[in-house]
Amino acid sequence: MAQKRGQRGASSSADDPEVVARVPLQAVLLADSFNLMFRPITLERPKVLLPLVNVPMIEYTLAWLESVGVEEVFVFCCAHSQQVKQYLNQSEWTKPLARLSVTTIESHDAISAGDALRVIYEKSVIRGDFVLISGDTVSNMSLAQALHEHKERRKKDPLAIMTMIIKHSKPSNVTHQTRLGTDEVIMAFDPETKELLFYEDKADPSQRVISLDKILLADSPALYMHNDKQDCYIDICSPEVLSLFMDNFDYQHLRRHFIKGLLIDDIMGYKIFTYEIHSSYAARIDNFRSYGTVSKDIMQSWTYPLVPNVKYFGCCSNMKLDRQGVFKALDVVQSRSAQIGAVTLVGSGSTIGDHSVISHSVIGQECTIGRNVSIHGCYIWNNVIIEDDCKLNHAIVCDGVHLRTGVVLEPGVILSFKVEVGQQITIPAYSKVSLLPQPSIQDSDEELEYADTNSGVIESPSITSMISTRNAELSSDYSVTENSGLSEVGISGVGYIWCSYEGGNDEEWRHSVAPIPASKLAELSHDDYEDPDVSYQEVNSTPVSGEMRPDSEITGDDDADGTDYGDSADFDKEVEATFQRALTGVNQENVILEINSLRLSCNKSHADCAGALFLSVIKLGLEAPHSSNGELYQNTAKEINRWKDILKHYLKSVDEEIEIILKFEEICLEIATEFSPLFSTILSSLYEKDILSEDAILSWASEKEGADESDKIFVKQSERFITWLKEASEEDDEDD
Amino acid sequence: MARMDFEVVVLAGGTSRKLNPLVSQEVPKALLPVANRPVLSYVLELLEASNLKDLIVVVEGEDAALRIGGWISGAYVDRLHVEVAAVPEGVGTAGALRAVASYLTANDVLIVSGDLVTDVPPGAVAATHRRHSAVVTALLCPAPVSGPSDTGTSGGKEKAKKPVRCNIVGLDPTRQYLLHMATGWVEVEKDIRVQKSILRAVGQIEIRVDLMDAHMYAFKRSVLQDILDQKDKFHSIRQDILPYLIRTQLNSEVSDNGVIKSESGMDNISSQNDLRWLSQHREIAPSAFQEPHAFGLKSLPDARRTHKCCVYIANESKYCARLNSIQAYSDINRDVVGEASHLSGYSFSAQNNIIHPSAELGSKTTVGPQCMLAEGSKLGDKCSVKRSVIGRHCRIGSNVKIVNSIVMNHVTIEDGCSIQGSVVCSNVQLQERVVLKDCQVGAGYVVTTGGEHKSESLARK
Repeated sequence: MAQKRGQRGASSSADDPEVVARVPLQAVLLADSFNLMFRPITLERPKVLLPLVNVPMIEYTLAWLESVGVEEVFVFCCAHSQQVKQYLNQSEWTKPLARLSVTTIESHDAISAGDALRVIYEKSVIRGDFVLISGDTVSNMSLAQALHEHKERRKKDPLAIMTMIIKHSKPSNVTHQTRLGTDEVIMAFDPETKELLFYEDKADPSQRVISLDKILLADSPALYMHNDKQDCYIDICSPEVLSLFMDNFDYQHLRRHFIKGLLIDDIMGYKIFTYEIHSSYAARIDNFRSYGTVSKDIMQSWTYPLVPNVKYFGCCSNMKLDRQGVFKALDVVQSRSAQIGAVTLVGSGSTIGDHSVISHSVIGQECTIGRNVSIHGCYIWNNVIIEDDCKLNHAIVCDGVHLRTGVVLEPGVILSFKVEVGQQITIPAYSKVSLLPQPSIQDSDEELEYADTNSGVIESPSITSMISTRNAELSSDYSVTENSGLSEVGISGVGYIWCSYEGGNDEEWRHSVAPIPASKLAELSHDDYEDPDVSYQEVNSTPVSGEMRPDSEITGDDDADGTDYGDSADFDKEVEATFQRALTGVNQENVILEINSLRLSCNKSHADCAGALFLSVIKLGLEAPHSSNGELYQNTAKEINRWKDILKHYLKSVDEEIEIILKFEEICLEIATEFSPLFSTILSSLYEKDILSEDAILSWASEKEGADESDKIFVKQSERFITWLKEASEEDDEDD
Repeated sequence: MARMDFEVVVLAGGTSRKLNPLVSQEVPKALLPVANRPVLSYVLELLEASNLKDLIVVVEGEDAALRIGGWISGAYVDRLHVEVAAVPEGVGTAGALRAVASYLTANDVLIVSGDLVTDVPPGAVAATHRRHSAVVTALLCPAPVSGPSDTGTSGGKEKAKKPVRCNIVGLDPTRQYLLHMATGWVEVEKDIRVQKSILRAVGQIEIRVDLMDAHMYAFKRSVLQDILDQKDKFHSIRQDILPYLIRTQLNSEVSDNGVIKSESGMDNISSQNDLRWLSQHREIAPSAFQEPHAFGLKSLPDARRTHKCCVYIANESKYCARLNSIQAYSDINRDVVGEASHLSGYSFSAQNNIIHPSAELGSKTTVGPQCMLAEGSKLGDKCSVKRSVIGRHCRIGSNVKIVNSIVMNHVTIEDGCSIQGSVVCSNVQLQERVVLKDCQVGAGYVVTTGGEHKSESLARK
């Protein structure tokens, strides 16, 4: 406690004395991870309340926030918000003596961190710089220096709105993920200012090269590129961050949208800086692998003082640290012949039977472990019963699970709350077992949170009665399935084995608590070994920078043309799609609106729109069934007549009309050659319907006069029409 | 030579089009005078100072080769053992090497561009190369501030204020390994494309644009020969060979070759040792994660081969410039009699200039600091020379002003001329009251009385 106070003192003295009205340091804690990594456990309990070395994760985050001098915390809860609120209300944090004021903000329709921040913005509770953190972060870093740097920067440059905390962590060369099980992040910084210039956390694995915009080096002579930095997901933000989320309502993900959006946007010029921590600890629990990694780090005291034997959390019972990093509650009942190996914690009230061997594991409170049980690398929560002769290897076993005699859990198994496994059953590796049936795949939209309707049941306070009835149902279910020979967790077992999401099974090992199997590593490194050939091939065909062949300027031009062409083709497609919607009854006005916005976003001119629209109309004509050119013409003429209002909207000047004619030529030559015999007929009908003016047609004809013979096919075809037009206009002149 | 077991190839080029009208059939690029010495002499003397005396000089064009050979045998008759090889014009640096590659026998080859003016000891580059047993080691030096612009002949006009970007270089955290290189101004203007596999292996790449590839490379001879043999499309060292080696350094194809293995034991490095070179900077994460990883690699029948591309980065205090543009030519001349005067090999007078005893100065004529006046040149009365180099046997009249300029040999400048920021080649005649500003005058040209020229290139048709 004394230490806490000390740290806090230090950070408040670092606050600038010049600030007259001192704003208390605030924090936004997101008590929702907005992903599905911890399913199925999170169907029943929010992630932040899951025990991490027997203490709910949110405790670590709150304790850290308190230790760095944060005075007000806004806990944003979404999924299972009742549980979070209830927990906080009963915890020390909301007691009158707490030095930290914890306020919960609740929203049920937030599906992303972006939504959460928008809700918080609307509450207008943030008055100054704040710490943005999610409730599954464990850290013992001191924030004073980072905060000081952030404030100093802000004074000089109001555009420096965010400081990101990063830490060195080298991802594996084979799996390309860090020890926390997260994908490698590629970042680039300015070596002097530590400004973040580039951030990529979902690098496309098929891309062999990373492309940095040359603008990044326009002002500074050097930059550092890293893939060995880990994003701690602790950010010091200025209030502008919230308003940015407001302005950009499509920002969802903190990193993928917000950070990247800011880095790409050079209009506003907002800057993000980084602060690297070296000796202190910071990690976010993103998946089961990081759950295991962080648990071990806590037991090995990397997170000191947030460790089991320091009385940091109010709820902590008396823990005793033995040799080899074995933590044991004082009231553990352990058989003489049981062995508790290295880096293990046994919670209070648990009993361990004869000849059982436990190592590298966490055992919760009030657990009963029978005889000859072997537990290695497991996380066993509270009130778990493990009968004799069970073998558990790298599994997570939630509250109230009952394993009967001889159960074997292969690596990576997750047993959710109150699952029961029958005798002599082996649960295959990476299985996830829950009492709740797996939601259908449609629900598991990536951005969608923990569950939907199912979670409603769980949130009701009278869990026990509900579950028991459910159990009854489930058991009957099982009697049925047993009969059909499909028993999932054995006789007298209760639970569903979830199948993994859309073929994700192959990737299961990445995020599991189990160590990566050697065979997988060998396979991967073999793949890796094979890769470079591919990359070399690729590289050869499209020269990487540094490879400049004598003709590279030419190829460069080719490339540019290629992308240009792609662009316009894409644009055509987009317009067509919009147009198709118009067919299904969207108002024409709205179609124009949509096409206009497309035009702006693709940086196209009115003429391009006109061309693309015309193409869509023509295609409609083509799609309608026809057997002869005459029918085709009639179909097309009908469509043109139908859509001429929209077309005319884009035909403000002769230039655009000419564009249409040129487009039509292109269509006839390349896209739909069926039209080529009909060119002049359709042209004249376009004229008759006042879509094209005679000026446009005549100037098109005169433009084409100088062209190659091949370009003049259609002019020739329409010769009669053009001469007629010319004569008509001359007559007009004479009339005048 | 015996000391280092290095062979040296000097690529003297031919008559670079970029340097028109300064170069001609008579004066190939290598013989352009820098402070009244052919530019090639700077490289040759630098090599001599490092005790590298066995040289092959490759010249593009028979005529140029004859001239250069003639000059070398005259100037370095007892000092160096030089063989001059002629290659057809336009074969590129790789082509030039291909022509002489079969004569090379030493373990390593040092390749130096003949237009390099520097005081970085080649021995240092060679030693770095040897220490890492790299396949290639490149010399990088700080990019000149107002120096060579690759943009072409209108040098003076487009003179950049900030350092010119010649290269984008990617270095490892220890700045010993070359992980990325983009060359040429087309490349440098593009987005930076870094290979992911290399970033993954090192963890951190420092991308720099303030370094210049000085075109002094040490190559492992066997590797170089193999590449020249097998990749017959390769045209240039800096655009083809070096990028190729950098790109494939984690998946080496060169040391795969049986020839290399059998010929020299040094190349036959066990792949396990080799894999570690990039990982030596890695920290070991406090987890069991690393162990299965290592296991995974060991279980492979043959891990992939790697090779090393290294750099030697010249100290900021060293001078390093390449004569590859007219702008660079002026800059180098100015520097060699100015801030980098130790390169010139002359001893400066108390006024910080060099006036040959045989030069004659009229009354009230002043020659300022950082000037050079070679033998037999005569200046009339009331002339003023500032920060300029004047060659041999020039006849200069009265009331002539020469500022920031280079005047080569046997030039006649009549009364009242004013020359600023210009290069005047040999045998030029400037008649009375000619005014030149930022001009280049080709050899033998005559500027008629009263002619005023600004930013022009004057040459005989």
